[in-house]
Amino acid sequence: MSHAPQKQNPAFYAVIGLLVFMSVGPVLLMFVNSFKLDVDILSGTSGLLFFPTIQNYETALCDILWYEPDHLRFCQLKFGGAFINSLVIAIISTVLTLVLGAMAAYGLVRFRFMGRDTVSTTTLLVRMVPPAVLLVPVFGLWNNQFCLDQDGFLGGWIKDMFGGRGDPCLAGTHSGIILIYVAMNLPFVIWILQSFIVQVPRSLEEAARVDGAGPFQVFFKVVLPLIKPGLAAAAIFTFRIAWNEYLLASALSDRDTKTVPILIVNNMSEFNVEWGVIMATGMLLAIPPIIFTLLASRQIITGMTAGAVKG
Amino acid sequence: MSDITAATGMNQPRPTVRKARRLANRLSPYAFVGPAIIVLFIALIIPLGYMIYGSMLDWTASQSIGEADFIGLKNYTDLWNDPRFMKSVSVTLRFAFIVVVVELLIGVGLALLLDRDIKGMTFLRTMFILPMMIAPVVVGLMWRFMYHPTDGTFNRLLEKMDLPTVDWLGQHALMSVIIADIWQWTPFIFILALAALQSLPRSALEAARIDGATAWQQIIYIKLPLMMPVLIVTALLRLIDAFKVLEVILVLTNGGPGQETQILSHRINETMTEVRHLGEAAAMANYLLILLMALTLGMLAFNNWQEKRAARIRAAAEEDV
Repeated sequence: MSHAPQKQNPAFYAVIGLLVFMSVGPVLLMFVNSFKLDVDILSGTSGLLFFPTIQNYETALCDILWYEPDHLRFCQLKFGGAFINSLVIAIISTVLTLVLGAMAAYGLVRFRFMGRDTVSTTTLLVRMVPPAVLLVPVFGLWNNQFCLDQDGFLGGWIKDMFGGRGDPCLAGTHSGIILIYVAMNLPFVIWILQSFIVQVPRSLEEAARVDGAGPFQVFFKVVLPLIKPGLAAAAIFTFRIAWNEYLLASALSDRDTKTVPILIVNNMSEFNVEWGVIMATGMLLAIPPIIFTLLASRQIITGMTAGAVKG
Repeated sequence: MSDITAATGMNQPRPTVRKARRLANRLSPYAFVGPAIIVLFIALIIPLGYMIYGSMLDWTASQSIGEADFIGLKNYTDLWNDPRFMKSVSVTLRFAFIVVVVELLIGVGLALLLDRDIKGMTFLRTMFILPMMIAPVVVGLMWRFMYHPTDGTFNRLLEKMDLPTVDWLGQHALMSVIIADIWQWTPFIFILALAALQSLPRSALEAARIDGATAWQQIIYIKLPLMMPVLIVTALLRLIDAFKVLEVILVLTNGGPGQETQILSHRINETMTEVRHLGEAAAMANYLLILLMALTLGMLAFNNWQEKRAARIRAAAEEDV
């Protein structure tokens, strides 16, 4: 589009301003409240006139702080550990999904395994499966079937290393949660990356082939660097789901592998909600997605529109 | 090409190496696709099969699946006659349809209104993504605060304006949950509709303008029909996601008051974690899956039909030029 921006009616700017306010408002409210004491939140006399404090954040993260906050008698909420769990689970499952997904997408495109239509239908079908549907089988399988015999070599070793009663199972471990997240996100990642891999010129790969590179070298050294934008979009989407997911994590985690969403839900169902602390944890959980949005909004929109809008 | 030789660090191969390489070439498709298929098989296909089998068992959480008795389709027929289950089906359907229709109307309307060169567009789009990226749990928590009967933002505002306060999460629970979802997901439809609008063939629009079509005529006869395939896919994606909504409701109302906002996902979760009847929960999950499958297939068929129609319109419009 070459024509210069025309002068528009100021009313449109007002509409845009209002829309921005409406979509960001609740997030800003949470941000502001997370720096208030509960007294200030509930008195509600002023929106912005208050003495900001990081006390809420100290309360939330008390188990990983290197000092003891003055206002706390003992550390009750253990959000710090949950944050580490969330990070470990989200990062590992994102990396695994991307590696497996990119390989599969490449294989499907270059070696014509299945048609693109088959893959996009499968993607849609898998996307259709709500986490609630996976809840029962995953809970049952991970707890009872996907276990190692505790008398076996590997099972015995794991039991010695990590302890626990009975046979070591997938449930309650980071790996158990990671496995289901990888599986849930794989079809979508394959689907998105396919559209990027199709655009990689074949001649480039063939040139590398002639020079003696094997299929895996071609993939890792020629193809992957060329589809970086696609990888970024896929990574953000995968990370977001793994970072935000509640239901399956709550069914699969035990005391030591709880993620942040689980703790937030548990604390919200109590009768007296400590708003300040809850908002601080909500804010901490929202920070990575907010950063992604500000840094990579274009990739996110690409990921969202890919497939639905052609061309 | 020399760049790539340098990059891969390989020289021309010797014959034995070549033979090994040919084998590698033959096997490489499987090596590329295999790992993903194995993961999908273990973590999706097996669980789905397990669920179908489990739904035919009288199976509680304290039993392992081997100890449970086989009862055929009894779970399904029991559910069919269970008014509480039927209530949650109706809540789910109502929630999903209202949400999708309202979001489509607002989203597409805004896209049609704002499809012009305005400076703030990129900024608006960036800010619009924000609600979708934030965890549903956090969205629930923000809205629960705003809906709070005495300290919440909305009721305070109403009080300041001397209006009667609203019992958001009590009497109007379903509406409140729907509003929160509209806030979070209308931008999705807006962004997709805008992308669709901007990829319309310029020639067709030019032709209509030259022929003297008014703005409304352009929207109704050209823009909307041409956007239809994208809009249907968008609506389908939203519909599927609307059936998955759980966390927002869990935090906002926990399904209550009574069963007013108990959607199917919530009921499955409750049956599993509180009632601890796994067989019944599995049967419910199957019902949910069948429902979604029917909706998806129906919409895909409709989409095929629409796509053909749009292609015809596009061809006709381009012939006019």
